[in-house]
Amino acid sequence: MPSSLKQPAFRKPLTARRLEATEARYLIFLGCVIPYRVASYETSARRVLPKLGVELVEMPKFNCCGFPLDPINHDAMLTLAARNLCLAEQQNLDIMTLCNGCYGILHHVNKELKEDREVRDRVNAYLAEVDLEFKGTITVKHLIHVLAQDVGLKRIREAVRQPLNPLRVAQHTGCHVLRPRSVVGFDDPENPTILKRLIEATGAACLDYVDETECCGNPIIGVNSELPLQLANEKLEHIKEVGAQALITMCPFCHMMYDLQQPRIERLFHVQYGIPVLHYPQLLGLAMGIRPDELALQDLRVDASPLIRKVHPKEQPRAVAGGPRALSVKRKIGKETRVGER
Amino acid sequence: MDPTFKYEVSAVPGAENVMVCFQCGTCTASCPIARFTASYRPNRLIHMIQLGLRERVLANDDIWLCTTCFTCIDRCPQDVGLANIVRAIRNLSVHERDMPDVYKALASTIRDTGYAYVITASRLKRRDERGLPPLPKADVDTVAKLFEATGLSKTLDREEA
Repeated sequence: MPSSLKQPAFRKPLTARRLEATEARYLIFLGCVIPYRVASYETSARRVLPKLGVELVEMPKFNCCGFPLDPINHDAMLTLAARNLCLAEQQNLDIMTLCNGCYGILHHVNKELKEDREVRDRVNAYLAEVDLEFKGTITVKHLIHVLAQDVGLKRIREAVRQPLNPLRVAQHTGCHVLRPRSVVGFDDPENPTILKRLIEATGAACLDYVDETECCGNPIIGVNSELPLQLANEKLEHIKEVGAQALITMCPFCHMMYDLQQPRIERLFHVQYGIPVLHYPQLLGLAMGIRPDELALQDLRVDASPLIRKVHPKEQPRAVAGGPRALSVKRKIGKETRVGER
Repeated sequence: MDPTFKYEVSAVPGAENVMVCFQCGTCTASCPIARFTASYRPNRLIHMIQLGLRERVLANDDIWLCTTCFTCIDRCPQDVGLANIVRAIRNLSVHERDMPDVYKALASTIRDTGYAYVITASRLKRRDERGLPPLPKADVDTVAKLFEATGLSKTLDREEA
């Protein structure tokens, strides 16, 4: 057994309170944008998943999934993605991504290399330069698959301690876990319902709105910032129209578009939204009775404290918006013994 | 004008069906970006390829506006695979011309660090404070070798020169 499997590279506070037996085990593929800007997604996912019987194993020495390279050099994208897949094959573990983009690329490449001998041979010729070979022995999942298929709605409902009944939210599943249909084969890309059911399992109501399957636009923001902001503005408008109190996402790119960019959108289009955008594990964590600061809810750009007060009446809202972050978490973890340090 | 351009594009894996497009416009009607621009019309792009307007296609800045939402792929009655054709055209355009600065930056950062963004020491420190496990240091030698093998290093060095 590789040493990284014996010793989870994670400190006690987030794993020691594992209540349920482990039933699923995945290499967690973080990708680039989550450690770069969206650590709140990772933090909340790592809080929630062990309590649902999902064990996360750190992925050693991974690299970018390859997504940004596809427009420049398709073979480079295939090869970088395949290298990540080879690392997982060496560990003999399936991959779970948190990011839709990473999932889209890694799953697509995994499927293509398994099915198309010509492409596989070409990519393996590149990989031979670094003594690797794609064998096709693992599968790639996104967090939404792990929650819907491995954990299941029943277990999620059982884990809920504090049903979020007062909340009415909207969902944005994002493109790359839905399309292309022939590659992904999950949910209905024209009318996705799985994230809605996951949301309803927390007790919150999930509202329908116009153009739910519309893209967030983030992939082209580096080329043209106006168009994605127009797209995101339109979506926020539709969400506000139906009276949703929050938007729930499962992708760091989509999240950045609606949360991080929301103040900019409000300035640009002279509108007021103030719609908090939560990562699904944050919503689920609240329903499971996990403290808001442990779910990194204070990291959101759009203040979520009014929402938190609705479901956790005793919780104090954060003292200063955008002020010192996660102080209570820091103190708590500081007292614990560190395990699995690199 | 290059009447063989359509063959050149259809020789790229994923872009084989460029010739079967019959201009129904479903892709453009479904495209989130086309709704907000006056010029980006995915079906016109395919038509231009079919007509052999090679230079006009490869020099067209609009090819960089596709968000890869793949709605066009799902809805196309002819299974043209439009987003894949856009990718093929982008690759060709990069090979022969240039690429948007953002892609140069992303690719260089991946070559140098293994990640698409520079993850600063302060971010790593914050991970630590949070109790998140340390981010593994990417194997940059391996990544650089793969950039070299796939020809991407050559493209990037040309851009930097």
